[in-house]
Amino acid sequence: MKRIIALLMENQSGALSRVVGLFSQRGYNIESLIVAPTDDPSLSRLTMTTEGDEKVVEQITKQLNKLIDVVKVVDLSEEEFVGRELLLVKLRATDDAKKKIKELGGEIVFESEELINTLFVGSSEEVDIFLSTLSKDEILEIARSGLSGVSSNEKLLTI
Amino acid sequence: MAIEKLSGSEALMRSLKEEGVELVFGYPGGASLHIYDALFNQEDVEHILVRHEQGAVHAADGYARACGKPGVVFVTSGPGATNAITGLATAYMDSIPVIVISGQVKAHLIGTDSFQETDMIGVSRPIVKHSFLAQRAEDIPEIVKKAFHIATTGRPGPVVIDIPKNVSDPSYTFNFIYPEEVDIRSYKPVKEGHSGQIRKAAKLILKSEKPVIYSGGGVIQDEASEELTKLAKMLNFPVTNTLMGLGAYPGTDKQFLGMLGMHGTYQANMVMHECDLIVAIGARFDDRITNEPNKFSLNSKKIHIDIDPASLSKIIDVDVPVVGSAKTCLNQLIKELERRATDYDSSKLDPWWKQIEAWRDSHGLNHSMLDTPPKNGKILPQQVIQSLYKESKGKAYVTSDVGQHQMFAAQYYHFDNPRQWINSGGLGTMGFGLPAAMGVQLAFPDADVACVTGEGSIQMCIQELSTCLQYGLPIKIINLNNSALGMVKQWQDMQYGGRHSQSTYGESLPDFVKLSESYGHVGIKVEDFSDLEAAMKECLSLKDKLVFLDVVVDEKEHVYPMLEAGMEMSAMWLDKDKKTWE
Repeated sequence: MKRIIALLMENQSGALSRVVGLFSQRGYNIESLIVAPTDDPSLSRLTMTTEGDEKVVEQITKQLNKLIDVVKVVDLSEEEFVGRELLLVKLRATDDAKKKIKELGGEIVFESEELINTLFVGSSEEVDIFLSTLSKDEILEIARSGLSGVSSNEKLLTI
Repeated sequence: MAIEKLSGSEALMRSLKEEGVELVFGYPGGASLHIYDALFNQEDVEHILVRHEQGAVHAADGYARACGKPGVVFVTSGPGATNAITGLATAYMDSIPVIVISGQVKAHLIGTDSFQETDMIGVSRPIVKHSFLAQRAEDIPEIVKKAFHIATTGRPGPVVIDIPKNVSDPSYTFNFIYPEEVDIRSYKPVKEGHSGQIRKAAKLILKSEKPVIYSGGGVIQDEASEELTKLAKMLNFPVTNTLMGLGAYPGTDKQFLGMLGMHGTYQANMVMHECDLIVAIGARFDDRITNEPNKFSLNSKKIHIDIDPASLSKIIDVDVPVVGSAKTCLNQLIKELERRATDYDSSKLDPWWKQIEAWRDSHGLNHSMLDTPPKNGKILPQQVIQSLYKESKGKAYVTSDVGQHQMFAAQYYHFDNPRQWINSGGLGTMGFGLPAAMGVQLAFPDADVACVTGEGSIQMCIQELSTCLQYGLPIKIINLNNSALGMVKQWQDMQYGGRHSQSTYGESLPDFVKLSESYGHVGIKVEDFSDLEAAMKECLSLKDKLVFLDVVVDEKEHVYPMLEAGMEMSAMWLDKDKKTWE
């Protein structure tokens, strides 16, 4: 089962490698990972998608909590949350492609005679659909951010 | 107080003094020369020059295990740092507070493949509790303060401080202030157990009719032996200790069942399998204990007290997990039990004790093997441990290496006190015993310190015999010499049709007596059982000499009991032909 884990960690060198290293050391998978500083510049927020049953995820969160640089960990997928991915696609500038992008709710953020860069934001499933609807021949390159998220209740991942 | 201007190196030495460090183990090199110069210019911290950095970390580790204070190590960059890795991994697996301070190449050279450069922070990352790269001299006091705090609190563990050479350079000085307090927002270890969980635990304890206390290294680390003993005594519960936990409960006490697990006693393993309640304290249900987790003690309720939340329900699901320190939680539990159990009657455990004594009588260890001289004159390894126990009156600090000798020592030397038994339980590091014994001897100069080893293990850090001469460390090396990598050979006997692949050395073993003598020590070789007692007596009587007692033992002997893989804890080999199942 897919799980979305979000954490706050010290925004300093070495912190990210400890988090990522933990996953390989303990044999856990990372499907996607997204990280950036928060409004408090001393902290970074990291969101990762992983796969595992309840026991595995419990171990992952406990082991993450043990890392000295990790300040707080939550399993977003335990409750209601909003998760979004950002997708950038570079594709051949054809009329058909432009039409599809428009229908699918994508935004064209760059356009030349040959190329289009389009932006799409949505849940992972919506991103999948967006991509699969575009023709494979049209797509030249994609960049997916991986899932970021916040819970949809009063619980805050802040300090 | 006037503020002093100190260099990074001087600040390091002063910070160590502030932390109460009296002893550092290490080996100098290019990147740590500034640090060694600052060491030279002060008198508060003594340095022990080892012969290999692995020995330095094991020695610091042995020191920490024996006296409870953190062990400190200096190594240089590159090979100095990588040689420390096995020691770090050893300390990490057994949760020992060790602080390794490594020199690093100058900051502007990091990443350029410069001479003796290794990414120590990266290489050590999976085997340390935490690590610091000092980027400015000014950061050193705070880093040292944090490092000691992290290493010694919560679940203890090793910490690395990597110091680039420019940061320790004497030409730059700053105003030295040592922080009085440390506050790490992301690190607040919990000591006290949740009161609701303590109450639940007490209820289960009072209800049980077939209980067992299973305790591990956490009780020793947290100085909770007294509380453990009090709990066991007030309830009349049987106690078994893990390999790491031996000595936490008096080994000669009648409620003690011996060690449990892979080579645990018959009664300890049977009790774990048949009990209705396990009270686990400072132990982590590792695979050498549980055997097959799906078949582990299926009919028992389980209480698990541990400082590390990640240890709870990691391998075995427990009914009452309690996060907290062993000492605090035991005190809470004792108080709760005293409050509840004014009429507790331990006689309800009589049938259980009767069963336990029956197990002990039927297949318990024979602790009187010295009374039965072997017919072929060959000394049995168990007899050597029994002789050591007898002649040291049970008072020696015993370190060990890894293999059959380690198991024999754990089984046959009764440890009555915590910190008396020092071995690499988690990582199983051959080469640990001798340098660890150096650390113990330096912590307790007047104590009898014995290193029980084998001719395989001892050769992994044998260079430290030279260190022992330099600092006059009168360690007693008890070498159970079976001319083979005994535990490997035992497994090859049992599971590989007796094919002894690379577990013997032909005729290549050194003459250990001459070898010891060449290092300025005393060597004694014993081959016949009739000479064992006198040799052991002589060995222990030479108080100011390191003695290498090379005992040729029966090379065919195996360690039993031994759990059968993939089965429950009651499935044991009792000797070469007898098994408890089928």
